Amino acid sequence: MAEATLNAAGRTGAAAPGPREPGMLVAAHDLVVGYERPVLGPVSFGVAPGEVVGIWGPNGVGKSTLLKGVAGTARVHAGRLERSAELRLAYQGQQPVRLAEMPFRGREYLAYLDAQHAEPPARLAGWLDRRVDRLSGGQFQLLTVWACLASGADLVLLDEPSNNLDPQSVELLTDLLRTPEGHGAVLLVSHEWAFLDAACDRRLEVSPWTP
Amino acid sequence: MDPLSAFTDPLFRLPLAAGAVAAAVLPLLGALLRLREEWLAALGLAHIAAGGALAGMGLGVPAVASGPAAAGVAAALKTFAAARGNTAYAVMILLGWSATLVLAANTPLGESLAHAMVDGQLYFAGWPELGGLLGFAAVTLAALPWLMHRLIRARFFPEHERANGLPAWRWHLAFDLLVAAGMALGTATVGLMGAFALAFLPPWAAFRVAPGWRAALMLAAGMGLGAYLLAFLAAMAWDQPFGPILVGGLLAVTGAVAMAPGWQSRSG
Repeated sequence: MAEATLNAAGRTGAAAPGPREPGMLVAAHDLVVGYERPVLGPVSFGVAPGEVVGIWGPNGVGKSTLLKGVAGTARVHAGRLERSAELRLAYQGQQPVRLAEMPFRGREYLAYLDAQHAEPPARLAGWLDRRVDRLSGGQFQLLTVWACLASGADLVLLDEPSNNLDPQSVELLTDLLRTPEGHGAVLLVSHEWAFLDAACDRRLEVSPWTP
Repeated sequence: MDPLSAFTDPLFRLPLAAGAVAAAVLPLLGALLRLREEWLAALGLAHIAAGGALAGMGLGVPAVASGPAAAGVAAALKTFAAARGNTAYAVMILLGWSATLVLAANTPLGESLAHAMVDGQLYFAGWPELGGLLGFAAVTLAALPWLMHRLIRARFFPEHERANGLPAWRWHLAFDLLVAAGMALGTATVGLMGAFALAFLPPWAAFRVAPGWRAALMLAAGMGLGAYLLAFLAAMAWDQPFGPILVGGLLAVTGAVAMAPGWQSRSG
């Protein structure tokens, strides 16, 4: 697996739109992201179609903020993020929305989330006719990951998808990610080195913003 | 009186039909409100509708027009202020309650009108109420498949809209306006608490026992309609006020369904 450690001294400057890098779904150039204040960066990377790219870093470094920056829900403080206007994103946050009462069969849940661009793998089939609120936490999390992967999105953003999963579930999650048929590129965040090694084509190591 | 005459007497056909439309459709909107954890919306908008209807009647505007207008303005303000959640609806309850009682105290016949609004004035429902409810039901049933898809996706993947630059405010506003219209028309026919109970109780029971979403919607609508017909019959047969009988009937029907032994294991 290729690995890149991408961090440099901080710099100031406004985010500016620019021409999209050929062959890349998204490309970040010296990107600094955060909220009121910068949290992470500068960082440069790109994600090509079909790639599974993992973002690694210690807890609290701002990995989720970087994902939100790509999704457009965190602020770009400096650098440039190129993203096609037609790019279709799927985004799963660190805590998938799970209500105490969710009267949806698994297949209804997937249908309402437009996750019909690929057939669910056999190992998920047993959950499709059960109410999603009666699935275990791990089963529900895997179903939400599949909902993103099968949504037809060009780029799927997953925030800590292996959290709270047992080893067998991590293995199934890895299989889902390593099976390229039926899903677009993936940019995911994890603090689990072994999972990133097994599931991703490339890994980006990120560090907190330093002024 | 003969209980069956409640269904056959031409005098009661329009009220029966108007209430039946509200009883079948309000639980559908209530299910989506429950999914959004905004079920208090039903009570908030009903209070605003009651206050608006009373103000309208004081000015000579029919309740069937002024109630939905007031509730619609409240729903639109809430959307544009980005005031999601139950806090905005709690404010509506307090505002509507306060306005209704103040207007009742300062309007000719206000007290009896306010009483009718809270208890329901189903037996006085005519073509304006039935026409309004049929129009509301037609719009709701036409829009719901499209709207529901987007609302459910927004509920479970809240970042999806912003990440893809979707104009989400349009469908959130459309839904808020539908709820406002439904609660206002419901309040004008089956009363404030009756309309709230129709939007709250059937979804509550359906969410507990239904094996899936489509089943939950059908069960909620079925419970709403069934309890309404029972209440209509009982109120006529025993000469009781309709609103409280409807709420009592809904409590009994939905309570029995929600607590029925075996449902939970079957739906698992």
